[in-house]
Amino acid sequence: MNYASPSVRLAHLHKAYGKTVAVEELSLEILPGEIFGLIGPDGAGKTTVMRIVAALTLPDGGQAEVMGHDVATHPMRVKEHIGYMPQRFSLYPDLTVAENLRFFADLYKVPTAERIVREQRLMQFSRLGPFRKRRAAQLSGGMKQKLALACTLMHTPEVLILDEPTTGVDPLSRQEFWAILRELAASGQALLVSTPYMDEALLCHRVALMHNGRVLTAGQPHDIPAHFKHRLLEIVAGDVPRARKRLLTCGPAGIQVSRFGDRLHVVYGTADQERQIRSCLAEESAEIFTVPPSIEDTFVTLMHEGSSR
Amino acid sequence: MTRAQPEYAVLTRGLTKRFDNFTAVDDVDLAVRPREIFGFLGANGAGKTTTIRVLCGLLVPSAGEAWVDGLPISSSADQVKRRIGYMSQRFSLYMDLTIGENLEFYGGVYGLSAPEITERGTAVAEQLGLSAFRDRLPSDLPPGYRQRLALGCSVLHQPRILFLDEPTGGVDPVARRTFWDLIYDLSEGGATVFVTTHYMDEAEYCGRVSIMDRGRIVALGSPQELKRSHGAVSMQDVFLKVVQP
Repeated sequence: MNYASPSVRLAHLHKAYGKTVAVEELSLEILPGEIFGLIGPDGAGKTTVMRIVAALTLPDGGQAEVMGHDVATHPMRVKEHIGYMPQRFSLYPDLTVAENLRFFADLYKVPTAERIVREQRLMQFSRLGPFRKRRAAQLSGGMKQKLALACTLMHTPEVLILDEPTTGVDPLSRQEFWAILRELAASGQALLVSTPYMDEALLCHRVALMHNGRVLTAGQPHDIPAHFKHRLLEIVAGDVPRARKRLLTCGPAGIQVSRFGDRLHVVYGTADQERQIRSCLAEESAEIFTVPPSIEDTFVTLMHEGSSR
Repeated sequence: MTRAQPEYAVLTRGLTKRFDNFTAVDDVDLAVRPREIFGFLGANGAGKTTTIRVLCGLLVPSAGEAWVDGLPISSSADQVKRRIGYMSQRFSLYMDLTIGENLEFYGGVYGLSAPEITERGTAVAEQLGLSAFRDRLPSDLPPGYRQRLALGCSVLHQPRILFLDEPTGGVDPVARRTFWDLIYDLSEGGATVFVTTHYMDEAEYCGRVSIMDRGRIVALGSPQELKRSHGAVSMQDVFLKVVQP
């Protein structure tokens, strides 16, 4: 078996802005061919980690290496190996969709033959074809995001860093975009991606849940729900608002009740609490099921615990 | 013809909006009942925001008609504006005003009297969990709170219909759950909610949804009906089946 050396290696990373600690004791490795997802609330430190990997922000402590180059001592070497799409990507508003793509292809010195193939692929994913001649300033928010993505994907560096690339992008384009990321990974690129979409977390090879600058838990996305230390009930009720109000008055203390359309999810801890929940809803025509937690349920409860600590 | 409670909160017939040669909204028929949470889904560039801007009286339709809270927008745009709340994709808060001042400012914009501004400002801040932050600047708060403030500003005048254009874009799951609790509260309080989103789990939280593609409505129904009729397991699945690649 061939153990590839990691494309990105972060060890005991530390970064503070004044008194605010942005990243604390963070260690992780990303292998070639791997899509690594950073998940966490705003302010968790995801963007700071990405900026450190992109050699744009220096860590206060610890070490960060990209393709064997230290970001602190060899930032220019690092920049030769990475592509970075920040949350606010700058397009040229006066250039059309096609002109923006051509501009970034020039900037990244993409050979002509390759550029034609790639442009076709990117137009297909983004479905910006009909808007080729529209100026970037006149695109909708989601279309601008897709164009920014297409511009970033014009070149294929060894390490690609994408900060919430799909915010505001519709489900069809997101699916096609992730198919492209999979292709890039299969060809050996390492990808560091942040996302607020839990369905996208499932498409990563590994994810880290970040909160307050730390990694709460990391691993393969399907293993994350094993960290859910509670129990979960799903309640389908004829009158969901009434069932919710009832639970908040006669249900046991310390439970979390969330509404999801025609059903409620209740997070609780003990068999005694479950009995109270069931008897509280005895008069509602409610069906009650035990359901397995999703990655989002796990994330939400881990965060609540992280905040109250 | 104004009635106390019209049959439809939003009704459109053949609604069309063209820009030069481009038809952004193409012959759209919608009927949304009072107190519904209506999910208005679609691909980027499908015409969702344009439709909402027409319904809010901000754009004049090229053809067709729309009634909002029973009023035809062609002749009653100003009255419509007073009965609706609108939170846009890029909601505009004043970053150099505090949370409390933002609420006061928007109260003034919506024509509330001084005592109403105080009363509603306090009630809204309380309901949205913003009371403790009234003296802070929006830039000191995480995006989830800014988004709640933007919602607060759009409901100060107790609109009967609320248009929310991608209100939860880029917000983490915890903030999204909190936000949806607020949407349910508003709906239970009597408001009609017309909401766009790219999160297909949120589509499942709506009473009914429509899916728009290239200016046209290509699917309409409750999430359960749509999943059944398209043989789909999720709304994500429905979306991918009805929107043309």
